[in-house]
Amino acid sequence: MSIGIVSAAYIVAAILFILSLGGLSNQESAKRAVWYGIAGMAVAVFVTVFGPGVHNLFLILIAIAAGGFAGWMVAGRVQMTEMPQLVAALHSFVGLAAVFIGLNADIMLHDINTLLAVNGLEREALALLDPTELLEAGGGFFGELTGFGKKLALKDATEIGILKVEVFLGIFIGAVTFTGSVVAFGKLAGRVDGKPKKLPGGHMLNAASLALCLALGLLYLTGAGIWTMVLVTLIAGFIGWHLIMGIGGADMPVVVSMLNSYSGWAAAAIGFTLGNDLLIVTGALVGSSGAILSYIMCKAMNRKFVSVILGGFGGTTGPAMEVEGEQIAIDADGVAQALDDADSVVIIPGYGMAVAQAQQSVSELTRRLRAQGKTVRFAIHPVAGRLPGHMNVLLAEARVPYDIVMEMDEINDDFPETDVAIVIGSNDIVNPAAQDDPNSPIAGMPVLEVWKAKQVFVSKRGQGTGYSGIENPLFFKDNTRMFYGDAKKSLDELLTKIA
Amino acid sequence: MRIGAPREIHDGEARVAMTPASAKDLQKLGHDCLIEAGAGVAAGFTDAAYEAAGVTVLPDAEALWREAEIVTKVRPPMDEEMARLREGQTLISFFYPAQNAEALGRAKDAGATVIAMDMVPRISRAQKMDALSSMANIAGYRAVIEAGSNFGRFFTGQVTAAGKVPPARVLVIGAGVAGLAAIGTATSLGAVTLAFDVRPEVAEQIESMGAEFVYLDFEDSQDSSATGGYAAPSSPEFREKQLAKFRELAPQIDIVISTALIPGRDAPVLWTKDMVEAMKPGSVIVDLAAERGGNCELTVPEEKFVTDNGVTIIGYTDFPSRMAAQASTLYATNIRHMMTDLTPAKDGVVNHNMEDDVIRGATATHGREITFPPPKPKTAAIAAAPKKEKARELTIEEKRAGEVAAFKKQTKDQIGLLAGGALVMLLIGAVAPESFMSHFIVFALACFVGFQVIWGVAHSLHTPLMAVTNAISGIVILGALLQIGSGNWLVVFLSFIAVLIASINIVGGFLVTRRMLAMFRKS
Repeated sequence: MSIGIVSAAYIVAAILFILSLGGLSNQESAKRAVWYGIAGMAVAVFVTVFGPGVHNLFLILIAIAAGGFAGWMVAGRVQMTEMPQLVAALHSFVGLAAVFIGLNADIMLHDINTLLAVNGLEREALALLDPTELLEAGGGFFGELTGFGKKLALKDATEIGILKVEVFLGIFIGAVTFTGSVVAFGKLAGRVDGKPKKLPGGHMLNAASLALCLALGLLYLTGAGIWTMVLVTLIAGFIGWHLIMGIGGADMPVVVSMLNSYSGWAAAAIGFTLGNDLLIVTGALVGSSGAILSYIMCKAMNRKFVSVILGGFGGTTGPAMEVEGEQIAIDADGVAQALDDADSVVIIPGYGMAVAQAQQSVSELTRRLRAQGKTVRFAIHPVAGRLPGHMNVLLAEARVPYDIVMEMDEINDDFPETDVAIVIGSNDIVNPAAQDDPNSPIAGMPVLEVWKAKQVFVSKRGQGTGYSGIENPLFFKDNTRMFYGDAKKSLDELLTKIA
Repeated sequence: MRIGAPREIHDGEARVAMTPASAKDLQKLGHDCLIEAGAGVAAGFTDAAYEAAGVTVLPDAEALWREAEIVTKVRPPMDEEMARLREGQTLISFFYPAQNAEALGRAKDAGATVIAMDMVPRISRAQKMDALSSMANIAGYRAVIEAGSNFGRFFTGQVTAAGKVPPARVLVIGAGVAGLAAIGTATSLGAVTLAFDVRPEVAEQIESMGAEFVYLDFEDSQDSSATGGYAAPSSPEFREKQLAKFRELAPQIDIVISTALIPGRDAPVLWTKDMVEAMKPGSVIVDLAAERGGNCELTVPEEKFVTDNGVTIIGYTDFPSRMAAQASTLYATNIRHMMTDLTPAKDGVVNHNMEDDVIRGATATHGREITFPPPKPKTAAIAAAPKKEKARELTIEEKRAGEVAAFKKQTKDQIGLLAGGALVMLLIGAVAPESFMSHFIVFALACFVGFQVIWGVAHSLHTPLMAVTNAISGIVILGALLQIGSGNWLVVFLSFIAVLIASINIVGGFLVTRRMLAMFRKS
């Protein structure tokens, strides 16, 4: 296959990827969009494998087959509640691959330099030759090179300098993405404690590591060997690990979107290294997608991106407002009674629903209430759960129709006309202190105004505070009743009382 | 503990302080329940129903007062009941200790503990045992029903084939619990409802119930937060203004429901004789303050009569008892909540915690001492209403100016951003070789396209978006594919791994996205 055909195919693939992302604007076109993505990827991989300068076809097929099989197994088996950790794990793969490819680029650069020296050729001289002369130069070794090798051999000194910067960036971002995603995976899967943890020195340690990486990068540029890049890999890996360890569980939506973005930038950096436009385009698409998601998540928490990344809540200016009253408990009978009398019901799911795997029970409850002719809707806060859009996927899995699942802005004005609001396993996103108490750490965060509903039931495991450790005045309101217990068990008990 | 409820011996009292449902809940707290035979009959609860709920039915009051360690009642105890009160026994009942000093002394001498349900402090934690409110709620509702049965017309306006009927006009005086309940009932029956209260801050509550607040333009209005949410006596000037307003309204009003009470005083007279005379024949006045003298000058407590000009004045004082089943249910629940607070461990052992604001406030005698009046509760009933400055409505010019300023700022930001971006590009272009710049253009355009496209993605599809971007970021496989043919074994090995994990990404990412998207369905 000629270079021309390969380039044409890359254009097709890039357009298919753009269509694939654009198609996600609504549920119906999204089903088509995923096929655009698959087609784009198939075209890209096919033309590359059978394009010029690619050898070891047998190895490639083994690797793709093995990797594809593993991917197929994982995708088939994963539970929808485990989506956040799967996404994090996949990010780590991109990061690791970027590191490997970056290291390879440097090794190959070194090899080419040796080859040139052995054959007594100068880069500048090589660049002046025409294609047929090239093939004969230096005893015909040039023809044996891979596509990437040829490009390397033809670069001049400035281009080599730029290449080294790109290699450095690719390796650095890739390594941060890799270890960061591994930690995020561990936290989301519950294998690492979700609480923020930092080594002594905190962010100073990160800053020092970053400075060290930059110094090593400069050394590398001025001609030091590959050991600098291996060290950068290790130190950047440490930064990724330490950075994400310092961020708590509920900030994970931001972290995961950020890593999503990084994996894209890593791919783009590799694209520059290899001079491959398709990699650049795709990396930029993924990178900006992740960046926008992070922005949306931060906006939904009314926090600055930097403050999320630096971890913890800061900047409270005074004592929190006193919470008056008490939390009044209620049993399943009481909730069933209220639901029986209600005409309109809004359910507000949160991470607690995912933890308790209660989405099927929620769906069944919805089905029965709708069968009785009641209006049942869901209100989804942008940061509910551990992944942007996590709740939507869980509800979709449990066969809740998507047209009754509303966004915060769509439903917030309807709470005063709502008879019953059921909060299942969410806390900070329904905290009235965000609006009432200027001293609250979450002051100004947009929240679902559930307390305006005529009656609110909160399904919650116990009396403790949520992730942020902020007392929630909602639980003490006169129209709020606490429905204590594991969300799934509570709902199953409730289901026995609702026909 | 054994909790017992005797039959109410006050004339015409139909309520009972324990229902089968409340008894079940009390048993969950570890208590045993007793009831006097026939105590619930008037409220519609048979002895058999009590027995079915696990309550021991005792033949007479004598036996009940002997057996029960805690006696729950509705009405304040009468003489013969006071005589039965003994050492160590607890009485939970309406008691009105302020007006009942003599009974208070007798209870102290007997060594009994008295918990007065009417003294439960008005703090939000204690609302569930606020029996005055639950009874007032019933009274307010019943007042409207009673008025309706004595009123010869519809509440709601109708246009029928037989002619047009105007809606009834109802005036509710005093928007406490009873007043608000009356407003709710009257509006839901379709009447045009007006309401008046001396506390301007309740205007919002009145309007939320669907009534129109009768606004009195007066400088120095009351703030009830200082008096625990109750009204205080008003100044003579205010009173004059108020009466003038009522006089103006009287001819148009069909039904007056007056609920104005000031704690510890006789009811203020707000509806004078001349107002009654100004009303149309067939109008009805229900005076819920009759027990304390009445808000209407002509009210005769406990009676209903018709004036010479055909206005019916109802002065019943037993509205809750007229709805005995409902009243008993609510009152018994109030008592049950009180018991819940008294038995925190749910083990049937009463812990009379005098440190607790609610229990302390309601206790009138304890341990041979009179503990009335209680000290001021630690938590204020209602937060003082902050004097709100109403946000000034923006004029059209100001709005327009704001929009123009916002547009200008936006333009400035955008131009600034573009200029900055262009400068950076120029700087890069000045040093970088042409081969790099061509890739860089592609990169910049792709970022731009990415930002435009991603903003359009539905929030609900953010998880599929992440999965699909995951899959397509597996495009790094291309890099590894271009390197795998190298002669260096290390490069081959590393690229092999890279191809492998990138394939996991591609296949896993796409398949899981497809799985997720297939789940989204319309109803």
